[in-house]
Amino acid sequence: MPEFRTEEMVLNMGPQHPSTHGVMRFVVHTDGEVMRVAKPDVGYLHRSIEKIAEKLKYPQFMPFTDRIDYLAAMNCNMGYAMTVEKLAGIEVPPRAEYIRVIASELNRIASHLISVGVMGLELGAVTPFLHAIRERETINDLMEELCGARLTYNYIRIGGVAQDLPAGFAEKTIEFLDHFVPAVDEYNRLLSYNKIFVKRMADVAVISAENAVDYGLVGPNLRASGVKWDLRRDEPYSVYPQFEFDIPVGTGEKGQVGDCYDRYMLRIREMVESSRIIKQCLAAVPDGPVQTKLPASLKVPEGEAYVRTESVRGELGYYVISDGSDKPYRLRIRTGSFSAMSIVELTSRGLMIADLVALIGSLDVVAPEIDR
Amino acid sequence: MRYFADWIIENLEFTRAIPSEYVYLIIMVVGGLLLLLFVVPMAGALTFVERRVAGKMQSRIGPNRVGPQGIFQFVADGVKLILKEDIIPTAADRRLFKLAPYIVFVGSFLTFAALPFSQKLIAADLNIGILYIFAVSSMVVVGIIMSGWASNNNLSLLGGMRSAAQIISYEVPQILSVLAVILLTGTLGMQGTIKAQGWAPQHWFLFHNPFAFIAFFVFFISAVAECNRIPFDIPEAESELVSGYNTEYSGFRFGLFFLAEFANVYVISAVAVTLFLGGWNTPFYLPTGIWGLLPSAVNLAGLITFLIKTFVLVFVCMWLRWTLPRLRVDQLMTVGWKYMVPIAFFNLVGTAVWMLVWGDKSIAALLGG
Repeated sequence: MPEFRTEEMVLNMGPQHPSTHGVMRFVVHTDGEVMRVAKPDVGYLHRSIEKIAEKLKYPQFMPFTDRIDYLAAMNCNMGYAMTVEKLAGIEVPPRAEYIRVIASELNRIASHLISVGVMGLELGAVTPFLHAIRERETINDLMEELCGARLTYNYIRIGGVAQDLPAGFAEKTIEFLDHFVPAVDEYNRLLSYNKIFVKRMADVAVISAENAVDYGLVGPNLRASGVKWDLRRDEPYSVYPQFEFDIPVGTGEKGQVGDCYDRYMLRIREMVESSRIIKQCLAAVPDGPVQTKLPASLKVPEGEAYVRTESVRGELGYYVISDGSDKPYRLRIRTGSFSAMSIVELTSRGLMIADLVALIGSLDVVAPEIDR
Repeated sequence: MRYFADWIIENLEFTRAIPSEYVYLIIMVVGGLLLLLFVVPMAGALTFVERRVAGKMQSRIGPNRVGPQGIFQFVADGVKLILKEDIIPTAADRRLFKLAPYIVFVGSFLTFAALPFSQKLIAADLNIGILYIFAVSSMVVVGIIMSGWASNNNLSLLGGMRSAAQIISYEVPQILSVLAVILLTGTLGMQGTIKAQGWAPQHWFLFHNPFAFIAFFVFFISAVAECNRIPFDIPEAESELVSGYNTEYSGFRFGLFFLAEFANVYVISAVAVTLFLGGWNTPFYLPTGIWGLLPSAVNLAGLITFLIKTFVLVFVCMWLRWTLPRLRVDQLMTVGWKYMVPIAFFNLVGTAVWMLVWGDKSIAALLGG
C-alpha cells in the first residue's frame, strides 16, 4: 500500500465573502468538509470611533454612535445619551423617555428582522429574507417620519430627543404592529418550521450556559443558552419598569438549549415582546417637552460614568471619563458582537463548513460593532 | 430527423447524385444547429422567467426594463457576459480551466439529441435513448470537477468535490427509479416510452401503479439534485463557497455554466414528462405517409402539450428554489443513500411484482375491468 500524505486545508473566509456581514475574516482549518477550527480575525472595520470621541464636543459625538451598530443606531444613541446625562446630572423630560423607548424598540424589531432574514439567506432560502425586509421597510418609513433618516438616526440627544412625535405617528405605528404580529406567524410557517431549516439549525453549534457566561456573551445569544438576563428587567433604566413584557429564553425546543435554532427563535419571540412594549408605551406617552434646555457649550463635571443598556445585540456599555472640559477625556464602548466573535473559535471545532455560516448568522454579529 | 432524411433521399431527385451518408451528415449538422438555436434562447429565456418568478414570490417586480416587461433582459445579460474580459487566474491550470465549461455545456446539450418534442420532432430516436441521456449528462460532473480542480482555489475545489459526491449518490436512485418505467415498457427508446402511455392522465405511468407514482418523486428529487439546484445546491452554496466550482470564472465561460444549468433544468423536466407524464400524447392521431412529416396540426398539438407539461415542471423547480433552504452536505448524503436508494430499490421490486401479478395492466385498466 502506498502511503498517502494528507494535510489540512486552510480556507480563507473573508474579508470579502458573501456570508461575513460586512468585513470579517475567518481562517478555517478544515479536514475535507469538517472544520478543525475556525479562527476569527477582527479589525477590518476599525474606524477609531473611540479616539474620535476625544476630539469632539459631547453633543457632536452623537452621529458617530449611529455608526457603532448601524442596524441598531437608536439603541446606540440612547446608551451614549444616558451616559452623558448620568455624568452631567441632566434630567430627561418624561415624554422624551417614552419616545426613546418607542424608537429603540422599533429599532430592535427592525434589527431582529434583518437577523432572522439573513439567517434564511445563509442557509440558501432567499425568499424569507425579502419578506423580512418588506416588514422592516415600514419601520424605516416610520423612522423617516420621526427623524428624517432611515438608518443612521441621530435622533436621541443628550437631554431628550431631537423632535417631538410627528402627527399621526402613534396611529401608523399601531397599524403596523397589528399587521406585524400576525406576519410573524406567517414568517414562521415559511421558514422557522421548515423541516430542512430545523435540521440545519437544531443541535448545531451548541453553546452551554457556562460557556456563554465565561465568554461574556450578552443579549439574545446569552439568553438563548438559557440564562435569563436582560438589563431592561434586571437593571431597569428609562421607563421600562412600567411595562409588562416577558424575557424569552432558549428552551431547546427542537434540539438542545443554546443551539442555533434557539438563538434564531429567541429573536423571533423578542420581536413580539417588543411589539407589546411599544403598544403599552404609545398608550402611556405623557404630554410635555421633549428636550431639556442645555447650555450652548455643554461642560461635564470631572468624573467617570459607566452605563450599560440592553441594545439589540445585548449589553452595550459606554464608559466616559471627563476632565471637566466640553470633550470626553476618554470614551470606551463595550459591544456584544465582539464577545460573540470570541466564542466562534471554541464552538467551531468539529462543525462542518456549512455550520460555520449558520453559527455566524445565529450569533447575529455585525461587523462595525466588533471593531468600532 | 431520421424520418426527414429518409424522406429526402427517397423523394428528392437531386440527392440521388450524392452518397446517402453525406445527406445524413448534412441533415444531422443542420438538426444540431436547429437544436442549438432552440437550447440557447430557451435557457436564456428561462433565466429571465426565473427572475420574474422569484420576484413574484418575493413581493417585488424583477427585471422589467429591457424591452416590454423586460423580456430582452437575458439578451442584454448574454451580450454583457460575452463582452466581459475572460479572466484566467495565474495559478490556474490553463488548459483544463478553459476546457471545463465546454464539457459542462456539451454534456447538457448532447442530451437534447435524444429528447422528443413531438410525435415526429426528435433529433435522433435512439433505441437506447434513456441510457444515452443519462450517459451523456454524467459528463457534466467531469466538467464540474475539472473546473473546481483547475481553478486552484480551495473554495472551487470543495465545490467540485461536493458536486462529484452529490451526482454520484443521486444518479443511483435516479436510474433505479427509471428502471421501474423500463420494466413497464420494455423499451429504452424515448418515443417508445411515450407511445406506451395515453393522453389521459390515467394512462400516464405516473398513475400506472403505486410504485410508479413513488418512482416519479424519487426520480424528480434526484434529478433536481443532479442539477445542483436548491435545496441541493451545495456545490455552489453561495453563502459558504462564494460560488463553488465556478467562483473563478467570468465572461463567456461563466455564461456557459449558467446556460448549462438552465438547459439541465429543461432536460430533467422533459425526461420526467417523457417517462411519467405521457409526453406529447394528445387525443388526436397523426395522418400517415408524407403528411405526417410536415408540420401538421397534430404534430403541433403534440409539441405544445409536451412543452406545457415540461415548463410546468420547470416552474416547480423554480418554486422549490425560491422556497426552500439548502441541505448540509452530510444531510444530503443521508437523504440520498438512506432514503432515496432503498425506496428506489423497493419500487423496482414492487413494479416487478406488480407485473408478475397483473402484467402491464395499470390501476385504471384493473378498475375499469
